[in-house]
Amino acid sequence: MSAAVHAHAEAAGAAARGKVAVWWFLASEVMLFGGLISSFVVARLGGAAHAEPGQLNVTVAAINTFILLSSSYTMVEAYAAAERGDRRGMRLLLALTVLGGLAFLGVKAYEYTGEIAHGFTPWAGPFWSFYYTLTGLHALHVLVGVVLNATLCADARLGLGRPYRVELAGLYWHFVDIVWIFLFPLVYLS
Amino acid sequence: MSPATLAAARAPEHRAAAGFFRTYLYATDHKMIAKQYLLLGLVMALVGGFLSYAMRWQLAWPDTEVPGFGFVGPETFNVLVTNHGTIMVFFVAMPILLGSFGNFLIPLMIGARDMAFPRLNALSFWLLALGSAVVVASFFVPGGAASAGWTGYPPLSAKTEYTGVDWGLNLWLLAHAIEFAAFLLGGVNFLTTVVTLRAPGLTVGRLPLVIWQQATAAILFLLSVGPLIAGAIMLLMDRLAGTGFFLPERGGEPLLWQHLFWFFGHPEVYVVLLPALGAVLEVFPVFSRKPIFGYRLIVWATLVAGALSFVVWAHHMFVSGMDPRLAMPFSITTILISVPFALAVFAMLASLYRGSIAFELPMLWGLGFLAMFTVGGLTGIFLGSAPADIYLNGTYFVVAHFHYTLISAVIFGGYAGIYYWFPKMFGRMLGTRLGHVHFWSTLVFFNLVFFPLHWIGIAGMVRRIANPLQYDLVAPHQWINVVSTVALFGLILSQLVFLLNFGLSQWRGRAAPGNPWEAATLEWTTPSPPPHGNWGDAMPSVERGPYEYSVPGAGRDWLPQRVGAAGAGGRS
Repeated sequence: MSAAVHAHAEAAGAAARGKVAVWWFLASEVMLFGGLISSFVVARLGGAAHAEPGQLNVTVAAINTFILLSSSYTMVEAYAAAERGDRRGMRLLLALTVLGGLAFLGVKAYEYTGEIAHGFTPWAGPFWSFYYTLTGLHALHVLVGVVLNATLCADARLGLGRPYRVELAGLYWHFVDIVWIFLFPLVYLS
Repeated sequence: MSPATLAAARAPEHRAAAGFFRTYLYATDHKMIAKQYLLLGLVMALVGGFLSYAMRWQLAWPDTEVPGFGFVGPETFNVLVTNHGTIMVFFVAMPILLGSFGNFLIPLMIGARDMAFPRLNALSFWLLALGSAVVVASFFVPGGAASAGWTGYPPLSAKTEYTGVDWGLNLWLLAHAIEFAAFLLGGVNFLTTVVTLRAPGLTVGRLPLVIWQQATAAILFLLSVGPLIAGAIMLLMDRLAGTGFFLPERGGEPLLWQHLFWFFGHPEVYVVLLPALGAVLEVFPVFSRKPIFGYRLIVWATLVAGALSFVVWAHHMFVSGMDPRLAMPFSITTILISVPFALAVFAMLASLYRGSIAFELPMLWGLGFLAMFTVGGLTGIFLGSAPADIYLNGTYFVVAHFHYTLISAVIFGGYAGIYYWFPKMFGRMLGTRLGHVHFWSTLVFFNLVFFPLHWIGIAGMVRRIANPLQYDLVAPHQWINVVSTVALFGLILSQLVFLLNFGLSQWRGRAAPGNPWEAATLEWTTPSPPPHGNWGDAMPSVERGPYEYSVPGAGRDWLPQRVGAAGAGGRS
């Protein structure tokens, strides 16, 4: 087997292994958020855990949702660029994705600040306990995704020639996005 | 590209002169990592066993000085029960049965050179080692170690002033978190390896059953641990951030923890049981020279039991104050789950039926597993039924029940595997004379420790009491506690016999041939112990199922799975 063919087989194998692994990992993440969200739903149905209208800033959260969804789109385009071998495009789109994640975290921090200033701390009642735990755990996941994408962006060699790495980071990033799609209506709109 | 060519494409690594650090500490070879897990599990078993010694001494002769430990008393007793349970389940059973067996067997039995992610594998092990260190360290912080029971029920566990334990309990939660991360990464690695790195010809229908069991256990763990991690985060928030998830006075709900805990807790029982069952399923065909009875039946039973294990959890909560209307459906699912396990047990019996049984040590342990597990399974039916459970819940009947299931798995199933694969793992035969002493004394003492506990449980002795003599109900039966404790001394001494044998055989044991048991699965076609990369230059391929014993017309009484392996001979 020539070196080039060998390297190609090695990369294809690594891509297959990586994808299987990430899907299993995400399955366990679904159960983690599933456990927390179901606990919240049960508490909410029991009447204990809900916010009064006006306590949460729905408009800002909706804008934040839009930011996060847009960053999923740039992630998809970054993967397409990596597959084309378009180094500049990949770096630009990954940078945009990272910016989207950071903007999301910034807006979230702004929301937290306002809520805490109004006395809605994590110990202000069952809803606020769930609110900070759910959105905080999600924010930690966003942070991990930002670090992953920033690493791929900073060292373009990681992704170029091995576009599956961008794809795997993308799988994770979309998952983080989907979790938020569940959290936004459950926490802010219900 | 097929998985097989991918496996072949990964060339064997040549590093004959790896130093001590690479070989023993930062090891990425799955066989060395398996040994690390085994050693860690055995060391932690000594810790957990020592706790059980102090605990049983206190129960037999309450409030007397325990030799080598000191005075126990109620608070320390709670620390002992809590950490005995935690250590034995999470830091002994899982490292040995999943960590060690899974790492050693999966690549060797599916014809791969290593796990799919060797460095991730090393990370899993060292995370677990860190978790073990944290749980041991928790004994030495101010306020002492966790004492809220191995189930950590709030509100007891949610506030420091209820138990007086502060950082001990936080560290206990932290140790769990690290342990879960370790086995999550390990489980992802196991599943990826089984899915992507099988040898050519090794279809899923030809996988050895132990691989099925390991993979199912990994799936169960991956899918069940999430809610408990969520619960652990919430409990830690209650303790450190002042939230009130589980505290009624802050609008919380203590029962929620129990749901989250047991949603994990029941599948966890099978996470421990299945690899042990798998080891015994490998041993039976080899030592009865018969194909396993009902391969597909066993696979389906495993998968069905795994699926059902997600809908039985509330049988741990019949007397917890949950909605009583839930008792009936959970009783039904619980009794239903005994059906696939009964099928598996009958398939095992049928595998033995009219075989040429050789009572070698792995087989003795396997038979011991079958007998002891059946006792545990039968008492489980009592407890699964809500009316009986309302009386028996929280008594020593439950303690006896789960020790019959867990010890049959961890001790009997675990030793079946250790005695069976020891020659492959270490290249030496494990001594049989001390081995027989070990088996028979363990069998006798185990039953003497735990069978009488059924009686004292029915008589009304409840768990987690430090001084049974304080209860008029229990005091007349105190002789049972004394018998059980004295037998425990014997049980612990028997395990020291094993450790002695284990150590002696490492350097004085007979050199093991490649296939000492004349077994058909792939791992026995490698030298003992297998070299780094397992297969030299010739990657194996597979042409038949794993249990082709006593095939009519074949030259020998077994046909190896591997294409072209010695002993595959045609007709005589």
